[in-house]
Amino acid sequence: MQNIRKKVYLRLENGLIFTGYSFGLYGNTQGEVVFNTGMTGYPESLTDPSYSGQILVFTYPLIGNYGVPDFRNKSEAGELQNGFESNKIQVRGAVVSNYSFKYSHFDAASSLDVWLKESRIPGIYGIDTRELTKVLRTKGVMPGEITTQLKKGKLIIEDPNKFNLADEVCVQSPVIYKPKNKKPRKKILLIDCGVKNNIIRNFVERGAEVIRVPSIFDPLNSEYDFDGIFVSNGPGDPKMCKSTIMNLKKSFDLNIPIFGICLGSQIMGLSAGADTYKLKFGHRSQNQPCIEDKGRCYITSQNHGYAVNTKTLPKDWEEWFINNNDGTNEGIKHKTKPFFAVQFHPESSPGPNDTGWLFDKFMDEM
Amino acid sequence: MNLTNKILLLGSGALKIGEAGEFDYSGSQAIKALKEEGKYVVLINPNIATVQTDKNLADKVYLLPVNPYFVERVIKKERPDSILLGFGGQTALNCGLELHKRGILKKYNVKVLGTQVDSINKTEDRELFVNELDKIDIKTPKSKAVTSISDGIKAAKEIGFPVIIRAGFSLGGLGSGFSTNEKELLNALKEAFSYSPQVLVEEDLRGWKEIEYEVVRDCIDNCITVCNMENFDPLGVHTGESIVIAPSQTLSNTEYHMLRDISIKAIRHFKIVGECNIQFALNPASLDYRVIEVNARLSRSSALASKVTGYPLAYIAAKLALGYKLTELKNSITKKTYSCFEPALDYVALKIPRWDLAKFPGVDEEIGSRMKSVGEVMAIGRSFPEVLQKAIRMLQVGKYGLVLNKSKTETIKEDIVTPTPRRLFAISRAFREGYSVEEVHEMSKIDKWFLYQIQMIDGFRKARVNRNNINSEFLREAKQLGYSDKQISLLANTSEDYIRKIRKRYKINPCFKQIDTLAAEYPAETNYLYSTYHGSASDVKRTEKIDKKKVMILGSGAYKIGSSVEFDWCCVTTAKKLRELGYKVIMVNYNPETVSTDYDICDKLYFEELSLERVLDIYEYEQPLGIILSMGGQIPNNLAMKLHKAGVRILGSSPLSIDKCEDRNKFSSILDKLNIIQPEWEELSSIEKAKAFAKKIKFPVLLRPSYVLSGTAMKVCYDDQSLENYLKENVQISKEHKVVISKFEEGAKEIELDGVAQDGNLRIYAITEHIENAGVHSGDATLVIPPQKLYFETVHQIKKITKAILRELNITGPFNIQFLAKNNEVKVIEFNLRASRSFPFVSKATGYNFIEYAVKSMLGFNIEGDYKTLDLDHICVKAPQFSFSRLSGADPILGVEMSSTGEVACFGESMEEAFLKSLLSTGFRLPQKNILLTLGDLEDKIEFLESARMLDEMGFNIYATTNTHKLLCNNNINGHLIYKISEKKSPNILNYLENRKFDLVINSQSTKDLISEKDGFVIRRKAIDYNIPLINNIKIAVLFVRSLYNYKIDELEIKSMDEYE
Repeated sequence: MQNIRKKVYLRLENGLIFTGYSFGLYGNTQGEVVFNTGMTGYPESLTDPSYSGQILVFTYPLIGNYGVPDFRNKSEAGELQNGFESNKIQVRGAVVSNYSFKYSHFDAASSLDVWLKESRIPGIYGIDTRELTKVLRTKGVMPGEITTQLKKGKLIIEDPNKFNLADEVCVQSPVIYKPKNKKPRKKILLIDCGVKNNIIRNFVERGAEVIRVPSIFDPLNSEYDFDGIFVSNGPGDPKMCKSTIMNLKKSFDLNIPIFGICLGSQIMGLSAGADTYKLKFGHRSQNQPCIEDKGRCYITSQNHGYAVNTKTLPKDWEEWFINNNDGTNEGIKHKTKPFFAVQFHPESSPGPNDTGWLFDKFMDEM
Repeated sequence: MNLTNKILLLGSGALKIGEAGEFDYSGSQAIKALKEEGKYVVLINPNIATVQTDKNLADKVYLLPVNPYFVERVIKKERPDSILLGFGGQTALNCGLELHKRGILKKYNVKVLGTQVDSINKTEDRELFVNELDKIDIKTPKSKAVTSISDGIKAAKEIGFPVIIRAGFSLGGLGSGFSTNEKELLNALKEAFSYSPQVLVEEDLRGWKEIEYEVVRDCIDNCITVCNMENFDPLGVHTGESIVIAPSQTLSNTEYHMLRDISIKAIRHFKIVGECNIQFALNPASLDYRVIEVNARLSRSSALASKVTGYPLAYIAAKLALGYKLTELKNSITKKTYSCFEPALDYVALKIPRWDLAKFPGVDEEIGSRMKSVGEVMAIGRSFPEVLQKAIRMLQVGKYGLVLNKSKTETIKEDIVTPTPRRLFAISRAFREGYSVEEVHEMSKIDKWFLYQIQMIDGFRKARVNRNNINSEFLREAKQLGYSDKQISLLANTSEDYIRKIRKRYKINPCFKQIDTLAAEYPAETNYLYSTYHGSASDVKRTEKIDKKKVMILGSGAYKIGSSVEFDWCCVTTAKKLRELGYKVIMVNYNPETVSTDYDICDKLYFEELSLERVLDIYEYEQPLGIILSMGGQIPNNLAMKLHKAGVRILGSSPLSIDKCEDRNKFSSILDKLNIIQPEWEELSSIEKAKAFAKKIKFPVLLRPSYVLSGTAMKVCYDDQSLENYLKENVQISKEHKVVISKFEEGAKEIELDGVAQDGNLRIYAITEHIENAGVHSGDATLVIPPQKLYFETVHQIKKITKAILRELNITGPFNIQFLAKNNEVKVIEFNLRASRSFPFVSKATGYNFIEYAVKSMLGFNIEGDYKTLDLDHICVKAPQFSFSRLSGADPILGVEMSSTGEVACFGESMEEAFLKSLLSTGFRLPQKNILLTLGDLEDKIEFLESARMLDEMGFNIYATTNTHKLLCNNNINGHLIYKISEKKSPNILNYLENRKFDLVINSQSTKDLISEKDGFVIRRKAIDYNIPLINNIKIAVLFVRSLYNYKIDELEIKSMDEYE
């Protein structure tokens, strides 16, 4: 292996350079460099639309061990592909310490390397991801590039968070998912800001019909009937999702249950009149403890760089979950109406399934 | 918090196979957690060499057997309001269940804290367990007990082929087999029923992955999994015998979280409060799984998981037992976050068990469903090859790593198909000889990912290098694959020292990273460190100038026979004393079952190899005042000269003095110079010379070969023939491999002196006496302090000799000398210039902490004083713990090679009382009725005569074979005649043993009659296999009978350690 390995570099905006070797596409890429501390689930993470525009660093040092499930099985409309969270790799680049070229798993169809190559995504391995993580933790997440050749001069990368990324990653026209072999119990209008497949799976498994619509879709001008609105996770700064915020604000008047996850939670906060802010290095891991107001603690999977500022919540709203580690907001709810949202990912994938009951709660509310 | 004030904590007793030092760790953590809450803690644990039995931890320490009888008496005396059952292994758990069953806890109103007895029962009772999990749709292995062939076929059809057939109640797997169809099944059932009336039909899960989760739950149902672990060896090999990696490596997110969900569901259902372990079988080709078992207590795996993650499971479990919630407890590593989270690792940790099977000739070497290993090592790093090669070196079995080793005893097919301690090396060898990953996978069922990794390590050794073309890229890759400097030097055909030099020139040094539980997501104050070559920067700063207030301690490595928890105690005590004296402590050790690797006992913990290479790396990085290597037993001691040559400052005695003691020739000439007598010896290179020398000094002789082919290293020979046989068959004797032959003294007493010296002067010492005569390894001997049968003159001589040696070698620090005494003549047989196995024993028995004095002496504090160690008001007896029941085929004898796995010690007003308590503490059951007496030689029979009379008087039935029986009759002692096994007549010993008709077997080996010795082996082995108490030494037999005669069990006093002061 040592004969064929090609050197590539990870350069951060602050000038730091990490030298490693290429896997996946041998090429260049740019994006916001973020880290995730999860120990399993790289196919799920790489296809999570919330990572759109980002270069993902895995702090777990052994990546690729169990290969990748068959991604050539292109799913049809209304079908979701198992093992992935969307229909393509969403990250702009992958950074790992030890890449395992040889893999072993009954469900694997190819190596991570081949998948990245076919998806034309560059990867870099052989670098000290712990040291890199410490840099991102202390200096904050920052733009960077993976490059085959170091060029002189300052790295100029446009901050992806200045765009409405949600609009870029969502479906462009509505898609409908129905439970197999049974009549839907409820209909959910799912505002897609970059939704993960497993959210849709969770609803459909519980007997809901899901109408997945683009992020700018206006529920008040809908040709579909629905019993509740769901605002999905997604990438970037929530404040860029201006029309989604405006639409949701108006939708409160429908007085039907509304549920949000991650970016959806921030959008709900903004629609309610609260403010959001950027976290220094975000929460991207599978071990975040969140305490519900009743005192119970749940281990959750998370992937977000922004959060709702609890202090700015209007008086008819309240904090629902709080992070046991750093005290940041992990969920909000309306005091009297069935509007609620969580910052973490109850659909997990990757990560623990402890908060799957939130989907039941939403179904029951409708 | 809780109304609990006085808590009884049960320990696990002596170290034995299956229950090692991990319970000292969990017990010590529990005591710490309870004391923080201001609770009064009463501990029962006869293991005197543990940290938990130290003076200032628990409020009261009882060195007494952990069994219902003694625990009840302690409860009656202390009246605790609650009890903890989960911190002392299976011993404590079983004892607790029994106390509950007998209504003792209820009677004295003692509340069980943490997981309740009802829940424990549901996890321990197989049938209840399966039923409970059935209720919540969790799958367990399908199994059915049948009593007829037709039922067996029915059961197999229900379960589905393939199935495993096991004969019930049979030893050693007789009558077991696999069937893939009805025809095979019919044959298998026929065979199985020939061994046993009951046969188990079970589904065949061979080749499934074995996965474990450590789960924590609090009283309001918060539930987390702290760590998951994957076994390298698929199902079939006990998890204690498996190579284990954390976190799992071959599980996808779906699999990981499916098993995690089931873990949490099961543990909530069982209403565990605290910590528990759950084991799974996972189908490698689907998402099918089975729950194998749940351990509702701290375990070996939980200790491992604590060390893997830095999450203090035992400490947290103790707090949860008091009623705390997980969200209220701080994460003790980050000190910023809370304990209700699941650690994210950014490294991997690998455990390899440490076997010591070579110590037991005849033992079955197959690794399977029963534990045989005596310890374990754990390596931390950032790639599989890195941790695998590190861990192999840590085993200290003479390997440089996975590859490039000297001795190659592994055979490819046999050792891969049937697991033995050689399996790993056999796999590596298979790749070297051209086997494919598929082929090795077919033979072993080990997941291909692991095999690819091994293949990668092995493939690298093909690199063509020599000392002139080594470049930095090659070196870095070698280091990342876990190659030591030594291995690289073998590849490049140069010296280890040269590799180190050029490696430094290329600036290829290990990085030292922190274990922080959160993969660097939050800043952590942690001092828990490991080294890796997969890094560009260290988490801790390099020390630039020598720090005179910093001392480095080298730990003792894996537990093995001869090096056990006592050395961990020495290291921990050293660390505590140093910190008390204002020094910062750097600890280096890699044994996950220890207190010394608890990151809060030192200022920095390097969970690292105790190799010259790594110790130098750390030493150079930390720049301490010096290294203490006299506390961790032989492993650090062996590094003395090498470190000295590398310019390292060793605290205490000079490495040159250590060398003089370790080198037989040098030490012998020192003794000659000082006119100190030693048994005659010579180092010889041929059988003829050996025979001639043996003739000169007269048989018996003791042989110490330098190269052993099979069997144990030391052997006593009684005649020409056995000497010749042994030298021909078991060892190599040549100019390169000389054999040391010395006079074996019969009938001599063995005496030990443990002490501390300073600048060549004796400062404090303790003399202990062996109860057995010389010839029994000091680690297997029963020791008594103060000595009971020594002449004043002998003590005088011992002191004189000791002082002379100390002065000659200018010793500072701990040491141990072993003497032989016969007819007022004292000979020196061994001198150890380090703390010995008996330091905790003499420290606790005399009330003077010898290690503390040793630390002070090494750092130049004056320790002169008047210490009263000979004239004590009480007696303390240390007894060995054997684990023969786990080692099928091994001969349960006492000899020159050590075979015990642990020890206990108890106090008493007399030697008999202390002895009886210690013996009971090793799990010995007192006889009720029938005793078998098989004494080898006439001298033994005569020596035992008075004891036999006492047994008769006490109403025991004594069974003896013809000669002994005759002797008993002639002396008017009642006895029953029983025939030898070889006589094949009834009533026969074998028959009686197999029907468990004896309550006690007293056996002594014959040195002369080899035919009856063959019977002797069978008798001893059967006694162990049928769980019949065995006494195998004449001196112990005599002392036992006297003790039994003098004391009824209720006359044994219940007194805590401090009541004896």
